[in-house]
Amino acid sequence: MKFPTIKLRKKSKISKELKSFNQSKWIRGFTIAAAAIWVFYAFIVDLLPYSLSDFFQKWFPATTINESLVWVICALGLNIVVGYAGLLDLGFVAFWAIGGYCAGWFMSDFFHQTSIHFGSTAAPEQPGIHLSFWIVLLIGAIICALFGVLIGAPTLRLKSDYLALVTLGFGEIIPQIFYNGENIAGFNLSNGSKGISPVDNVGLFGKTLGPFDLDWKYLIFVCLAALMVFISLRIRSGRLGRAWLAIREDELAASMMGVPLMKSKLAAYAVGAFSGGIGGVAFATHVNGVFADRFSFSISIILLAMVVLGGMGNVWGVIVGALAIAWVNSTGLPAFGETVNNVLGTSINFPSYNFLLFGGILIFMMLYKREGLLPESRLKQILHETDDSTSNIGGH
Amino acid sequence: MANSSTRFSARLLIERSVATLIIGLVFFWLAINLVKSPSQFFQSSIIGISNGVLYALIALGYTLVYGIIELINFAHGDLFMLGGLFAATFITVWFKQETPSNTGYAVFFLCLIAAMGFCATINVGIERFAYRRLRKAPKLAPLITAVGVSFIIQFIGIRWNGSGPKTWNSVLPSGEFTISSVHIPYTTVISFLVTIPLLIFMTFIVAKTRRGKAMRATAQDADAARLMGINVNKTISFTFALGGALAGAAGLLFQQTRGLTNYNLGYQLGLIAFTSAVLGGIGNLSGAVLGAILIGLIQGLNDGLPIGLGQQWSQTVVFTILILLMVFKPTGLLGKPMVEKV
Repeated sequence: MKFPTIKLRKKSKISKELKSFNQSKWIRGFTIAAAAIWVFYAFIVDLLPYSLSDFFQKWFPATTINESLVWVICALGLNIVVGYAGLLDLGFVAFWAIGGYCAGWFMSDFFHQTSIHFGSTAAPEQPGIHLSFWIVLLIGAIICALFGVLIGAPTLRLKSDYLALVTLGFGEIIPQIFYNGENIAGFNLSNGSKGISPVDNVGLFGKTLGPFDLDWKYLIFVCLAALMVFISLRIRSGRLGRAWLAIREDELAASMMGVPLMKSKLAAYAVGAFSGGIGGVAFATHVNGVFADRFSFSISIILLAMVVLGGMGNVWGVIVGALAIAWVNSTGLPAFGETVNNVLGTSINFPSYNFLLFGGILIFMMLYKREGLLPESRLKQILHETDDSTSNIGGH
Repeated sequence: MANSSTRFSARLLIERSVATLIIGLVFFWLAINLVKSPSQFFQSSIIGISNGVLYALIALGYTLVYGIIELINFAHGDLFMLGGLFAATFITVWFKQETPSNTGYAVFFLCLIAAMGFCATINVGIERFAYRRLRKAPKLAPLITAVGVSFIIQFIGIRWNGSGPKTWNSVLPSGEFTISSVHIPYTTVISFLVTIPLLIFMTFIVAKTRRGKAMRATAQDADAARLMGINVNKTISFTFALGGALAGAAGLLFQQTRGLTNYNLGYQLGLIAFTSAVLGGIGNLSGAVLGAILIGLIQGLNDGLPIGLGQQWSQTVVFTILILLMVFKPTGLLGKPMVEKV
């Protein structure tokens, strides 16, 4: 039996860290940064000389920023499951998909047999269920949280590897159900590979935000991300959060100290899935539809990479990791390739090096900087422990 | 105390009855199909089993590696894909064999050895450069490294094969023979002829040789094995070589019997093979073969039977089995119950 190895002299550091979670501080910083970006994109970028605004259009288009924020929301959810509670989840895409389809079901003409309208921007004569974006957000999040519990329940008795496998299994099954869902015993659940498109516009203070109102949607997405940050930080410093950290570090010891394993683990799944649902609904309004073939295993892996590379367990690290990877994936690599090709006169297809880049980053980070870019101090110690221990992240 | 034990037995009773119900329903489904169209039933079984032996070759690689260092080697499926690409290049591009002939068969067997060697070398290399340094690290680290390695191998696959699927001509005979209206292709027979000696040979290595004994000892307790004078690093390398060689053979067989290569084949088949390894009880060699043949059978029957979910649900069926198994019997069919080490 190995005792938890957080050394006493580190205590002062941890309490200092806790103090720095002073809420007004991060809220102020976050708001200033978010507002600055919004003001820049909504007002300033059009006033800039052409060369400068073109630079931003090419390297940091507003649509990429919004998409990155969706990734941030989902990565924060995965961080709760993997980073806080230490439960390896390889199927997070399932929640993203369920959230997306909630938007598809409740914000479009899809169920054309009925006509239900509530606070929606859609015209009243349109068939289908049309609820307000904000209600759908809540419905999606709650349905996902229920699914999180449902998926979590059978895995609770399992050790880390098997747990990863079962989540992976669910992550494969749920998108496939949507993909084949055109005719489930005669019922059209998901419109199959055609997907559901378009979804309704978002209503905000009487404004109707179409697919191209990127600035206002940015504001919505930033607020959702802030909500997730708030939830993450608040829960972490509370009773439940401390229970998660205890489970992560040594499950056996935690249960002996009276931490309710079942309840805490299920709560981790539920809260993680909650944010997956929010991200899914947000993404559906971002791309104006849901398409089954987008929900692949690689999304789960990319999310995991974001959490791991940024710094598992540390909210700010995860945000940095998510923004960086999402940007590289959607804009950074193609734009970089285009620039290099223009300068050198070559025609290398840079996006095809995606796999090499990701694989390389994952391997080298694991070999040389396992704790991520902005590590959490507690986790850093565990990850560099070389002895066996019984923790989920830390041992056998 | 009495209360808790009755609660425990009640739970056991529920689990037992649900498991029995599920198995009963599966047999009911099989029986209906058997009565309805026996020839289709046996035809689907043949296809399923011939897939199953292929899965068995890959599943053994997973189970060997998991047994010895407790790592889900995500890159193993991609190694299989690389084996297929190597076989295609070896037979069609280097030796220019595209039709069944005596030279074709000779090249096929030459390629079997070459592909096994090729994949074994790569697998040992991966272990040496990526996994070995993480052996003492927390579990998440080698797992994520394996995902990284898998990406890099897929990248090599894209460079080698292009981003879409490619079809190839086979040097194996394409005909079939018929036993009372059940068609058995020659390629299926050849798959058996290649796979079964390989499986026997591998069982022999693990069960009878000194190396095999060292492998079993290392799997049981690496530290104790080291104290007994076993070279643990060498033994683990040898295990990866064995697993890689089997993946190479599987790659060749797949490429020649289906005539298809694609960079993302490894991921799909790898997951199915891993499920088979878990079904049989991970770490257990005969369990992996049994699990693979069962999974192949279930898949074949589901795809081919008149009353079945059909091919588009194939993956869902496999993963549902995996989840049910995890809930009811996490140790697999032939696995021993695990005692938590403290």
